[in-house]
This record gives sequence, C-alpha cells and structure tokens, in this order.
Amino acid sequence: MSNLQTHMPEICARNVGFQYKNHIALKSINLDIPANKITAIIGPSGCGKSTLLRIFNRIYAEYPNQKATGEILLDGENILDPKYSLSRLRSTVGMVFQKPVPFPMSIFDNVAYGIRHHEKLSRVEMNDRVEQALRGAALWDEVKDKLQQSALGLSGGQQQRLCIARTIALRPRVLLLDEPTSALDPISTMKIEQLITDLKEQFTVVIVTHNMQQAARCSDITAFMYLGELIEIGSTDLIFTKPKQKQTEDYITGRFG
Amino acid sequence: MSMNEGLYRTRKIKNAIAMALSSAAAVIGLGWLVWILATTLIKGGSALSLTLFTEMTPPPGAEGGLANALYGSVLISLLALAIGAPIGILAGLWLAEFARSSKLGTVIRFVNDILLSAPSIVIGLFVYTAVVIPMNHYTNGSISFSGFAGGLALAMLVIPVVTRTTDEMLQLQPASLREAALALGIPQWKVTLQILLRAAKAGVVTGVLLSMARITGETAPLLFTAFGNQFWNSNLLKPMASVPVTIFQFAMSPFETWQALAWAGALLLTIFVLALSILSRFVFSRKKGAQ
Repeated sequence: MSNLQTHMPEICARNVGFQYKNHIALKSINLDIPANKITAIIGPSGCGKSTLLRIFNRIYAEYPNQKATGEILLDGENILDPKYSLSRLRSTVGMVFQKPVPFPMSIFDNVAYGIRHHEKLSRVEMNDRVEQALRGAALWDEVKDKLQQSALGLSGGQQQRLCIARTIALRPRVLLLDEPTSALDPISTMKIEQLITDLKEQFTVVIVTHNMQQAARCSDITAFMYLGELIEIGSTDLIFTKPKQKQTEDYITGRFG
Repeated sequence: MSMNEGLYRTRKIKNAIAMALSSAAAVIGLGWLVWILATTLIKGGSALSLTLFTEMTPPPGAEGGLANALYGSVLISLLALAIGAPIGILAGLWLAEFARSSKLGTVIRFVNDILLSAPSIVIGLFVYTAVVIPMNHYTNGSISFSGFAGGLALAMLVIPVVTRTTDEMLQLQPASLREAALALGIPQWKVTLQILLRAAKAGVVTGVLLSMARITGETAPLLFTAFGNQFWNSNLLKPMASVPVTIFQFAMSPFETWQALAWAGALLLTIFVLALSILSRFVFSRKKGAQ
C-alpha cells in the first residue's frame, strides 16, 4: 500500500454511488487513482467496473435514467457537479471503448475532428498534432501514407489504436480504457498492451478488463470490485499474490466469476 | 418398415401439395406484374419517340408530345423534394437523437406512420382547401391552381417517408459511435449532424430516392393542386402539367393519339421509377461494401 500513498492521486472517488432506474449499481465507492500509473479495475460481469469508469467522464449522463451520487475530485473540483463543463471534463479525461468505432471520415480527420472542436490550429500545427497523436498510439508508421483514406478500411487493431490516437490528441491527463482489447485478436491485443504501458509516462491510465492476465501484465495498481462494491485495491503484485480479502483470492484463482 | 414407408409417402404428398400451392401463388402474383410491365412496354414502346420530349401535349386528335408535362413533373417533384427532404431529415434526426424513447417521440413516430399510409387524395384535398382556395381568395383569382401547391402536396408525401427512414437509419447506428464522439467533449447536436448523419448517409439518401419514386407516379394529389396545363409553363404560381395527370386525362379520352401518349407517359414513369429503385439499391449496397 505504501506506493499508493507516495503518489499524488489524480482522481479521488468519495462515496460514489450509482443508480440505474431502480437498480443500485454502485454502493459508496471510495478510491484514489494515482497519477501516471496504470490502474486496472477487475471483477466479474455486472460488478459495476464499467459503470465506475463511465462516471469518471460523465458519459453516463447522456442517459436520463442514470444517476450518480457522491463526489469525484479532479484537482480538488467535483466533476459530478453539473456546473463542471462536459467539454472541459472530457478533454481532460479521455475514454476509449470496447469496440473500435472510427468515425466515418478519413484517418487524418478522425484524429483532427476532436482537436478542431476544442482548439483553433493552423494547418501546420494541426498536421504536427495529428502526427504526434498517431505516433503516440503507435500507428503512424502503418498509416502515414494513407492519411486521407477512410478509417473504416483499417483492421480492428489499427482502428482501436486510431481511437486511442483520437483521444490522446486532445492531450488529456487521464485515459479511461473500457475493455479496450476484448474485441481484438491476440496480436493486436499485445500491441495495445505494449502501447498502454508506454502511455503511462504521459497519462494516468484506468483500464477496465475482464482478462485477469491483462491486469497482471500491464497494471501497477489493481482494484477488485464485486456486486457494486470495491472489495480491495492495492499494488498489482500484492493483489495477485497476497490478496487480503477472501473474495479477491477466490476471484483471481478462478473459483468464481 | 411399412408404417415408416406410409409416413414417408404422406409426407411426400403433403410436400407436393404445399409446393404446388405456393408455386401457383407465386406465378399468379408475379404474373400480374409481368403482364402490367409487358402491356406498358408494348403499348408505350410503340408510342415512344423523340417528339415526346420536344412537342407539347396536343389538342384532341392531333399529334404531339409530353414536353410540358415532363417539365412540370420534374419541377413539381424537385420542389417537393426541396421542401420535404430537409424537413423529413430534420424530423428524423429529432426523433432518433432527441426523442428516442420519450413519450412525445413515440406518439409522433406513430402519427408519422399514419401519415405514411394516408391516401394521397386526402392530402391533395387538404392542400386544395388549405392552399389553393385561400390563394385564390386573397389574390382575387389571379392565383389558384399552381405548381407550387402541387409541390406542397407531394412534399407532404415525401416528409413521412424521409422521416421514417432517417429515424430508422440513425437508430441503427451503434450507441458506441455516439458515445465515442461525445467522449471527446463534442456537443450532441454536432455529434448528430457531423458523425451520425454522415455514418447514416447512404440510408438517408436511399430514403430520399425512395420518396422520389413514391411521388413520381402520384396523380391524386396533383389533380386539384397543380391541375394541368396544355402549354409550356415554368411559372410555379400557374397551373402546371404533369405526367401522371396527363396520363389520367389522355387515357380516358376517345382520341387514339392521346391514348398513345398516355401509354408512352406510363412507360417513361415506369422506367424512371425502376431506375430510381436500382439506384437506391446501388447506393445502399455500395455503402455496405465499404464497411
């Protein structure tokens, strides 16, 4: 636990609850996400791990019957406060989803689209920015000769890296990855995992995954959730070797879930 | 063994009967279509000539063409699309993106479906009472029947078709696409117009093409709105000829030249609608291939 405290938390969740219609999906979650680390959230289906991730950038708020309570602090400000602008929040906290979803436009425009909304850049600056983002997502070498082609022609793994490029192009501080490899083949998965490890130098990464090996391979911190509650959080090594809670041990040894 | 064979034979007989009945139904159903197409092709084909496009509709008994009617049809249809397609697309966008599961949205979707199957003569009558008569009244009779009123009536047929297809095509877009764009901090109206509408473009265009195919042959809404005109007219505030109405008048006349022109018009309409259907299929399938 010591390395948890030595790092400044980037995001602090305080008493976070979540309700979907009449179903309570999260109960009073308290959690610190350390800066420039990879935090993995694991747990069986329906445990609320994706739900928690979807609160961090308030994407849940697009659905009128979903409601979050409690506080999520980013630089001491509560992002759940409706006064915290969505545009500002989402350019600080980026998100990549389970299925790669390129926009129906060229590879270049996929990356430039988000930037154009937030900043006015000259053509040269924009070209630099797009290249930087594509390099950051380890995609540049594969697409540099076909930037004007439709992004729909890329392979699944390339599309997912494009989605990562599109997100980091906004220079967020936090990257939320919601099962980013569950729709990909093993080779693409390996590339993305390598990429995630590289990304933590610049970003705080939170990854939700079904795949425990993935959490063990790439993350520094692991949080285990079960039935809408945070059971245990600690350094990944400890969680996978000496979990404190019986439920965590049962889950990582494959006795349930 | 013998029982099995008996079972096998009854099943074979049942199968043969079912097969015969369904084949007969298919032949009867398609037979009419072939008959209609063949008649149109034979009767219209023999009347087909270049003068159709160069000469005006003739006085009774004389020779002539359909130039003014074709021109009127094109103008009225374009006007209908210009009015109806944007309204339909925006209404579909609103239904799919801003009122997807709201009560109001459900009610409007239902009403739109009713409008979709509304008898076109009712719409013609409505435009006649709501537009033609008041215009006549307020302009002291200088404007009454007009190409404009005809376009308006056809636009009312375009709107529900385009609304429905736009709504459906947008609802087909995966929620993940919408979320991915929203997660970049882009506001919903921009996501809707720039991402979702673009992703659904082929489907929306198909809807517009199909609505055009729908209005091309409509006669009833034009009878008492655009009315008809023996002469070349490009003034939308005057009565305007159209192919369907000309067919209606000429086919019932006792004059052979008129009847021939009616068949030629019918053939042109058929070919045009067929071409539109093929085009819309092409647009839609090419999009699927790209993904």
